[in-house]
Amino acid sequence: MGSYLSKRVSYILIILAAASVMIFCLYAMTPGDFISSNIKLSAERKAELREIYGLNKPVLERYWTWLTHALQGDLGYSLAQQKPVLSLFNDYIWNSFLLAAVSTFFTWLIAVIVGVIAAYRQYSWFDTVVMIVIFAAMSIPSFFIGLFLIKVFAVDLHWLPPGGIITTGSNATGWAHIKEVIAHMALPVTVMTLLGTGSLTRYFRSNMIDVIQQDYIRTARAKGAKEGRVLFGHALRNAMLPAITLVGFELPALFGGSLIIEKIFNWPGIGQLYIQSFGQRDYPLLMGFTMLIAILTVLGTLLSDVLYRIADPRVKL
Amino acid sequence: MSSVSKANPNAQSTKPIVKSSIWRQSLRLLLKNKLALTGLFIVIVMFLACFIGPMFSPYADNRTNMTIMNKAPNLKHWLGTDKLGRDVLTRVLLAGRISLTVGLASMVLSVTLGTLLGALSGYFRGIVDQVIMRVADLLMTVPSLPLLFIFGALLSDWKVPPENRMYIVMLILSLVSWPGMARMIRGQMLSLREREFMQATTVLGLNNRRKLFHHLLPNLIPLIIVIATLNIGGAILSESVLSFFGLGVTAPTPTWGNMIDAANNLIDFQERPWLWIPPGFSIFITVIAINIFGDGLRDVLDPKQKR
Repeated sequence: MGSYLSKRVSYILIILAAASVMIFCLYAMTPGDFISSNIKLSAERKAELREIYGLNKPVLERYWTWLTHALQGDLGYSLAQQKPVLSLFNDYIWNSFLLAAVSTFFTWLIAVIVGVIAAYRQYSWFDTVVMIVIFAAMSIPSFFIGLFLIKVFAVDLHWLPPGGIITTGSNATGWAHIKEVIAHMALPVTVMTLLGTGSLTRYFRSNMIDVIQQDYIRTARAKGAKEGRVLFGHALRNAMLPAITLVGFELPALFGGSLIIEKIFNWPGIGQLYIQSFGQRDYPLLMGFTMLIAILTVLGTLLSDVLYRIADPRVKL
Repeated sequence: MSSVSKANPNAQSTKPIVKSSIWRQSLRLLLKNKLALTGLFIVIVMFLACFIGPMFSPYADNRTNMTIMNKAPNLKHWLGTDKLGRDVLTRVLLAGRISLTVGLASMVLSVTLGTLLGALSGYFRGIVDQVIMRVADLLMTVPSLPLLFIFGALLSDWKVPPENRMYIVMLILSLVSWPGMARMIRGQMLSLREREFMQATTVLGLNNRRKLFHHLLPNLIPLIIVIATLNIGGAILSESVLSFFGLGVTAPTPTWGNMIDAANNLIDFQERPWLWIPPGFSIFITVIAINIFGDGLRDVLDPKQKR
């Protein structure tokens, strides 16, 4: 395990280094920079500013500067917001995390319950309905369902606010503030839960079907355990085990925000910050965000593999 | 899966033992799967509507007509008209041509690329495997949405004419999606190449090309067909996201994604839902039908992966 981990970590570092070169070059190739989008500046002033920000240097030299700073934990300054990238991330990432954590919680809760019941009543009408809903959930274009729900629940029915995290100009505090945030979260959380539930329910359903056919389930029934206990005590515990690997894959989604959902619902998260910065070609921020997701992705995969090993010692790493 | 495969266990037990090809057997099983057939039927109707439908429309020439701007759905224009007085139904169908073509073509590209690279990687192993899989790892590490954003922005900078953008969008989508496919094929290849029939091909003195294309890959065709079908839905969804953000196929070429872009205009969004709801539902219905059909195919062609 020790040598596996050190091998794995060194490979991760190489891949991340290669990824950072690739992303940096791609961003450098992207047309325009932060300064060219400002039409108020004169040509001389633009050249002067490019000099100050180091935008006129060769790509590789700029990459090297970025890398040496990044390795010391300094992701640079956002050009558009004039703040360190890391402190901007800190400002926005928790909003993303709030949205992602709540919807992940509901996704898992619904997927486990529905998956267990559908597996228990395999081929029943309930199961059929669940399967169709799962297909529907997996086929919805996320941005469209978001817009559609805003149209129905915010514009037409006025039940919920259309977007943002608090009502514009509101300075509610305490309980009123929490209620306001919950109202704003309702729609994005619904969409994210809907999008995630499909495949996860399917996963739990098929795991449960496997487990229910095992001999120890028959034994549990034979010794007279109540059906609820057999299902949730014996079967679910074993069906949950492989799901432990999925925890790692949730990592980028939890902290990386959701570009599409945050844009549609105007949620002040890190994904929204990215889209805004992309328009302004705010390279330090774009670079920082993309690398953050890349790091979370590889860490998540590593975490899954290790957790799988812990859950099932027969697996050799 | 489940509801879909309800008939399958019985079918298997009652089926007479006849000498028939796997394809004929599969077809027979598939014809018993009502849900999958419904999916296939919807997909076919959608294709026919998009490719033939506009020919019967009196508004197919994309003519603008300022006297009938922004009309709500009525008897002459079933889904209303847009801000240039064009018929929305006709535009949805024309957009479907592009969206379906892009979905299909980028699936074909990514599946071909993924299969080929995965097969080479799993067959030759060693340095070939190392190179291909490291590139795949790299592409899988870099988050795909930012990557698509960058490519989209580059596309605008290169001044690609709008009518050619769709071809580049296909390329971009397949570039991002081949690594997953390659990994899967590689895994299958690694186990297949150790089987006895491969020893036989070695004894027969067949060359690599023969072994790879005549003896190994044909074993994977059922799997490839299933993945390919399920990938079309994903490709259509990705294209719609790109086009919605203005980074894929852009106006005046309509696609389902860029038609929904109308929702970015507050008045169109609130007052003229007929501009953006029909293309959204078109995407939804098409993708769900493809997924249901693909799942039925999986039950038939790849029973190991059942459920």
